[in-house]
Amino acid sequence: MSKPMHDTPMLDQLESGPWPSFVTGLKRLANDEGKPYQDTMVDLLGQLELSYKTRKGYWKGGTLSVRGYGGGVIPRFSEVGDQYPESKEFHTLRIMPPAGMHYDTKILRELCDVWEKHGSGLIAFHGQSGDIMFQGAKSNKIQDAFDDLNDIGFDMGGAGPAVRTGMSCVGAARCEQSCVNEQKILRLLVNNFLDDMHRPALPYKFKFKVSGCPNDCMNSVQRSDMSVIGTWRDDMKVDQDEVKAYVAQKGRKYIVDNVITRCPTKALSLNDDDTLAVDNRNCVRCMHCINVMTKALSPGDDKGVTILMGGKRTLKIGDLFGTVIVPFMKLETEEDYEGLVEMAENVIDFFAENALEHERTGEMIDRIGLANFLEGIGLDVVPNMISEPRRSSYVNMVDWDEEAQKWNDRKAA
Amino acid sequence: MPPRMPIESGVPDPFQYMHPLMAKNYGAWKYHERPRPGVLCHTAKSGEKIWTVRAGTPRQLDLYTIRNLCDIADKYAESHVRFTIRSNIEFMVSDEASVQPLVDKLTSEGFPVGGTGPSVTMIAHTQGWLHCDIPASDASGVVKALMDELHEEFTHENMPNRVHMSTSCCQINCGGQADIAINIQHTKPPKINHDLVANVCERPLVVARCPVAAIRPALVNGKPSLEVDEKKCICCGACYPPCPPMQINDPENSKLAIWVGGKNSNARGKPTFHKLVAAGIPNNPPRWPEVAAILKKILNVYKGDAKDWERLSDWVERIGWPRFFELTELPFTKYHLDDWRGARDSLNASAHIRF
Repeated sequence: MSKPMHDTPMLDQLESGPWPSFVTGLKRLANDEGKPYQDTMVDLLGQLELSYKTRKGYWKGGTLSVRGYGGGVIPRFSEVGDQYPESKEFHTLRIMPPAGMHYDTKILRELCDVWEKHGSGLIAFHGQSGDIMFQGAKSNKIQDAFDDLNDIGFDMGGAGPAVRTGMSCVGAARCEQSCVNEQKILRLLVNNFLDDMHRPALPYKFKFKVSGCPNDCMNSVQRSDMSVIGTWRDDMKVDQDEVKAYVAQKGRKYIVDNVITRCPTKALSLNDDDTLAVDNRNCVRCMHCINVMTKALSPGDDKGVTILMGGKRTLKIGDLFGTVIVPFMKLETEEDYEGLVEMAENVIDFFAENALEHERTGEMIDRIGLANFLEGIGLDVVPNMISEPRRSSYVNMVDWDEEAQKWNDRKAA
Repeated sequence: MPPRMPIESGVPDPFQYMHPLMAKNYGAWKYHERPRPGVLCHTAKSGEKIWTVRAGTPRQLDLYTIRNLCDIADKYAESHVRFTIRSNIEFMVSDEASVQPLVDKLTSEGFPVGGTGPSVTMIAHTQGWLHCDIPASDASGVVKALMDELHEEFTHENMPNRVHMSTSCCQINCGGQADIAINIQHTKPPKINHDLVANVCERPLVVARCPVAAIRPALVNGKPSLEVDEKKCICCGACYPPCPPMQINDPENSKLAIWVGGKNSNARGKPTFHKLVAAGIPNNPPRWPEVAAILKKILNVYKGDAKDWERLSDWVERIGWPRFFELTELPFTKYHLDDWRGARDSLNASAHIRF
């Protein structure tokens, strides 16, 4: 006989309305007669209702891991376990999804079966870090759950001061704007640093995100330490017949108002014959016109990536964007890809050695200056790294001549 | 038998799960169209087409919901799905005739079809009271309550451009940058349980976490503890994760704030961070009606006043912040003036004035 349900008058109010309700889902598990998680979910609902009533959270962390790994499990012990004993342990396993978050129903069902047997039946697709969040295992079930997930091809994600689970967009699998092989980049990068993911020993977290074009659907500029964004350096492609067809369909005013005048660098103009003139030298690859005229316009052929470093959210010095450290890197041959991984290794080595405890890459760069960071990882300065040169004269430029010579030598090379 | 050691396999190869048409035309797509809200049609260079039907989920999924989605994918689609960064599920089909029955089935099962193009898509959310160790609010509940209100805007493409929203349960903001972000804003310094600090917290580490150097070691009632200079404290809560006895969450004084104008994309302007527009909003479960009211007001003004393709940040850039506050009827206060590092760059250093 299962535990009786707690009264949940506040949560009950979240069962109505047109959006699918997580409360209804939780209750289904709590009413799932005979299942190992049933009582856990009864008490979980009880604790959640208490949080709604008191407006307080009742979970605390701890230390748990699986054999061979130091991270990836998020321990949760209840502070009100005496009132809700069955859910007093409710730990999460962060599991890395396939790049691009593709699934077939067979593997989804297998994932469900594992969590039916060892967990709570509650899974988040996906956490903000990009993990599949298997939420709600008791301490003595974590190893079994992980072993079964590991047996069907899934591995633990990152937590703590470690390389974290990364994300890449749907990209080349379905999007015509994709400029790179996103899943390959993500898997190469993350899978090269599994030791730094599974055995946390960095100053703080380190995140990779990969977007196939500057629309940056993975929010990589704002949310990753190393952001890899697809781009191109030759001319964008224009199908003038499709341009004319679009003008004929939408009218010249629409094109002028929504395409021509929205170009951030005034690189577009509409010709008298309703074809499009593009000043490719001044195009900054923002993607707007290509987003509007999906049939007529597309990225060029000479594709590669732009790499930015140091994006993060608020803690501790405030929000930081990633900033450019590599304006363009070609990714065609296996050697090119090896070069990318090598650069990431240099970056992470430098981070491990030079960042303070609990300091993200963006904060480290802010503290030491971009020039020192670039020197540390062996990259030359280029004007695409800045939006404007220095404003402050408070700097000693004693070796200006040598630095200018470096630039001239590089230009001559 | 020796204990089983992990197979350190890393990120799984997506091709084993990918819809075969996507794998076949990998890197060779030509263009896409949106035949109706919630449906995308991509055409490959080969001429092959794939239709995607996008539906909203609660993100926190129970086994029954996942298996139901699998049943739908097996019967009405082609057994391949993917999830978007905002927890929408996408079903891919190779035949246009499959689209309508799939849309109908999803709708009848309670999964709203939409979230494409200029719509309000699913709110990026975090863990909240359900599972986080430091939340001042819930995430699943806020999102459910707000998406109930925004259901029509999810299933239609009536906005000037796409609207991305996020919600976070503490000031770390793991929900991320968004056109409209709903975040906790604490208003009182942490309440310290001095009996516990010495045993639970690594004190130098906690001192180092404070962004304004307001925490210092102290002896309280004969016990080693920490004290906070409350005049300096900005109530950010950064000390709470490494030192739970420094309780920052407060049922009354942890409020909600609304921020607008974050943009991830490089389209038109460079990416932007969201900016504070409203604060002091009560953290009011189970449906957070005060948040919903302000949110809908902002969305309606944006919808009515922005031009096609203007994201919220593009729109405000054109009309200016004075007009934004006038149109949304939100109070403008001294707290809207930034005073963090680099703040002077956010002030109006010109004679450009809007009347």
